[in-house]
Amino acid sequence: MGVTTVLPRTAAARPFSIFGFSSAQAVAFLLLLAAIVLAPLGIYPVFLMKVLCFALFACAFNLLIGFVGLLSFGHAAYFGMGSYVSAWTAKTLGVTPEIAILLGGLTGGLLGAAFGALAIRRQGLYFAMITLALAQMNYFFCLQAPFTGGEDGIQQVPRGDLFGLISLRSDMAMYAVTAVVFLFFFLLIHRVVHSPFGQVLKAIRENEPRATSLGYRTDDYKLIAFVLSTFIAGIAGGTKALVFGIATLTDVNYAQSGEVVLMNLLGGMGTIFGPVIGAGIIQWTENALAGYGSWVTVTQGLIFVACVLAFRRGVVGEIAALIKRPL
Amino acid sequence: MISIFGVPGPLLFGQLSLGLINGAFYALLSLGLAVIFGMLNIINFAHGALFMLGAFASWMLLVPNTWLAMISPGLSVPDWLSLGYWPALVVAPVLVGAFGLLLERTVIRRLYKLDHLYGLLLTFGMALIIEGLARNAFGSSGMPYRTPDALQGPVNLGFMFMPKYRLWVLLAAGGMCLLTWFLIERTQLGARLRAATENPDLVQAFGVNVPRMISLTYAGGVALAAFAGVLAAPIYSVNPNMGSNFIITVFAVVVIGGMGSILGSIVTGFGLGIVEGLTKVFYPQASATVIFVVMVIVLLARPAGLFGKAA
Amino acid sequence: MNINRRTLLGSAAAVAAGGPLVRPARAQGKPIRIGVMNDGSGPYRDIAGLASAAGVRLAVQEMADAVKAEVLYADHQNKPDVGAGIARQWFDRDGVDLIMDVNTSSVALAVNQVCKEKDRAYINTGAATADLTGPQCTPVTIHWSYDTWMLARSTGGAVVQAGGDSWYFLTADYVFGQQLQRDTTGFVTRGGGKVLGASAYPFPGTTDFSSFLISAQASGAKVLGLANAGTDTVNSIKQAAEFGLTRQMKVAALLMYLSDVHGLGLETAQGLYMTESFYWDLNERTRAFAERYRALYPTARPNMDNAGCYAGALHYLKTVKDMGVAAAQASGAATVARMKAMPTSDDAFGKARIREDGLAIFPTYLFQVKTPAESRGPWDYLKVVVTTPADQAWKPLAESGCPLVRT
Repeated sequence: MGVTTVLPRTAAARPFSIFGFSSAQAVAFLLLLAAIVLAPLGIYPVFLMKVLCFALFACAFNLLIGFVGLLSFGHAAYFGMGSYVSAWTAKTLGVTPEIAILLGGLTGGLLGAAFGALAIRRQGLYFAMITLALAQMNYFFCLQAPFTGGEDGIQQVPRGDLFGLISLRSDMAMYAVTAVVFLFFFLLIHRVVHSPFGQVLKAIRENEPRATSLGYRTDDYKLIAFVLSTFIAGIAGGTKALVFGIATLTDVNYAQSGEVVLMNLLGGMGTIFGPVIGAGIIQWTENALAGYGSWVTVTQGLIFVACVLAFRRGVVGEIAALIKRPL
Repeated sequence: MISIFGVPGPLLFGQLSLGLINGAFYALLSLGLAVIFGMLNIINFAHGALFMLGAFASWMLLVPNTWLAMISPGLSVPDWLSLGYWPALVVAPVLVGAFGLLLERTVIRRLYKLDHLYGLLLTFGMALIIEGLARNAFGSSGMPYRTPDALQGPVNLGFMFMPKYRLWVLLAAGGMCLLTWFLIERTQLGARLRAATENPDLVQAFGVNVPRMISLTYAGGVALAAFAGVLAAPIYSVNPNMGSNFIITVFAVVVIGGMGSILGSIVTGFGLGIVEGLTKVFYPQASATVIFVVMVIVLLARPAGLFGKAA
Repeated sequence: MNINRRTLLGSAAAVAAGGPLVRPARAQGKPIRIGVMNDGSGPYRDIAGLASAAGVRLAVQEMADAVKAEVLYADHQNKPDVGAGIARQWFDRDGVDLIMDVNTSSVALAVNQVCKEKDRAYINTGAATADLTGPQCTPVTIHWSYDTWMLARSTGGAVVQAGGDSWYFLTADYVFGQQLQRDTTGFVTRGGGKVLGASAYPFPGTTDFSSFLISAQASGAKVLGLANAGTDTVNSIKQAAEFGLTRQMKVAALLMYLSDVHGLGLETAQGLYMTESFYWDLNERTRAFAERYRALYPTARPNMDNAGCYAGALHYLKTVKDMGVAAAQASGAATVARMKAMPTSDDAFGKARIREDGLAIFPTYLFQVKTPAESRGPWDYLKVVVTTPADQAWKPLAESGCPLVRT
């Protein structure tokens, strides 16, 4: 789709590399790591956990938009279903949190496999519209299905004990788990993008017919990327359900799908750190403007317009262009 | 009494005609979207917000003194400026269309060389801004809007009592669809427009002012949305969210019809109104989902939509 | 309707009084802090929003000599996670002692859990769910103004008494709508009435109700019961008037506020039945309250949610005065227990009491919307048809299902 053509290509010759990070990326990663460790000293941990969950969701979305060039306009379906299943299993079956989160991810992945198989057969805007339609159907399913609790959602979800041993009732314990989950999948996405598999995905993004003519079954690659992305979206949703102890329709609503696009657009699509920064900024504005009524909506709209008109590369993309290194 | 699948005939006819009338709204809204997409290659996510603006513009024209008094007590205009429904039907779309022209000239114009995606995102942002500002200005509980006197009361159609206003909606929306189709497909102006989409440079070389034509096309598409808004004001709640309730369904209509296809959006709009009406008879719980089911099926069978040209 | 510039000033004032969310942690001997949280930007903004905050501010003003209190305001955007997040932050960072209003049931239940966990008082005046004083009741929760059971009792029971003995329901197909239909059906049949049919429509996403309305018309029922809320109610009433249903049937809106009547206009809404537990023009005391309220919020008259915010905050502050600020700040459960022990009295609801499951008990009113000819001035919209006395208006304690109630 040509969304991310602004980035310099550096896949071939990388003079310095740790875990697939270039030097600039390694510095950025260390900064991120330091921020995750130090932030709870000054910033409210529940807010930070929310940022991390959304950051992971945004990274999962970025895997598709930034590296395969697929705009999924219904990603809330996988995030929200992950959150429902994780909340339901933790509350009703009493499974431990790590299992609940994993089940959330599996649900997202399975749903993604079914929806993805239908959607990847079409390109561009049609792909976006099919994913939107499927997500909308999923929304009505969640509204009707008895296990989701309808519009009240699943409430009073216990955080439980990690591995049946460590209680997560305290915010700091939960924060540690959330941070580990986030870092693990963040690095996984980075690893995938820089693997030979990731190179094929980029080839598909740049020129799909050419990738096909080189002998790659592009649909298979796209589907695998889609399932991986929805799996991680489900993990993010599941973690969020445990953090807040609730799972509700908000998470499967199309507004949520729009918000994750906004996070990526703002942070920088196709950059590794962009979605994290984007998620942070969006969550911060939501929080800071909570006392100002409709101005939240207006501000988000202004951010959209400003990004599209002036900073199409997003915050991180602009910085990357400034220092002439990918981030 | 005839009955079809256990549903009495008159009830079925009643539901069919109501479906057709809802379809008229879908057709009118998706027509505006199709015109804009066809000529500008922009998916206008702000369409629902502009539909809402149309309804509010006509509300403001109806009795200006009510809201002027709310801004500041004592502020008022002469009574002859209270236009009433019929003049508003023309004036409101013109005003909102002019607003659309402004948007195109200042903002949307900058997107023509970019990916489709950016148009979608930009107009999505515009919709958020317009709706947010409207909520700040008008609140959320809606405005009263009186059905014009000439169209109050029902007509006996034999199988049901139909409100006159609904028949008027069908007539007005159908007429407007036909007029737009005729303008684009059958007149010289339309021919130039279509030519400009195919090859703008060549048409420009023939001395046609293509940028101006594109601006006016956007304004026209927006005016269609506002026209639908005025038609909707007496029967739907006039509130800032009224457009976002419609927009996703209308997107589905445009996609099913084939993006950018004028005829496709008209036919699909009416058709889906009927399908939705029938679902309300046989399985009401599914009536909100049925359009999306149709959309998935159609796109799998015909990727470019029912009337779209294969990409 | 908030075109008024003064409302903007009012909102600025509310924000100035409350300020943004992040505040330094409280030092010793700080004033009581009340957080008002509700929909400030979405569809229920006019019902609650700053109108509810104004109710709380009025109570704080009136008690200013006895208890020093501050009001904070936040918009939960109808998102439970946002609401729960704000609640946690208010308690952990900003030293909030009481959360009020919280309309939208899903957010109300989420905030309920946080308040219980943090032992801080919670007076909900905006949510419909009866679970707040039922299975999910807590020692810190008070539910003021209304719930689904009370709406069904007043509208269902009293309309049958008034002669509307056959019903057809138009129901939003989700928990709230289904529950309202089920409860109302119970009262209709108990009163000797019949339910002739129902149409469940998908929620959200339905804007046109005409096909359900003609089914209702064909049923021959005398009353059309609307088991929905907000924009759906407004749309269905508008279209019922358009199809002439309002001339053949009585329309009973099971959840509707004064502001909705204002949005519809009397022309369309006339003759409609609805239930609220408060109306500004009931008696001398309510009129006096409405007059004082108007100084803080001039654009609209208070509805039961806004009035509940006033009355709840007033009773809370009286209790705080009684037990001392430090003791009240130490434990939400202790404060609420004290509130339940003290009878309440205020200009909006008169004399009332709070039951052990947390439900505030006072009479409820079935109103009919006036015709344009009957209305004598702005906001003169409703007349009382039936008053349900306090002891019959609410769900019996024995059926409460609240674990706090020993049976």
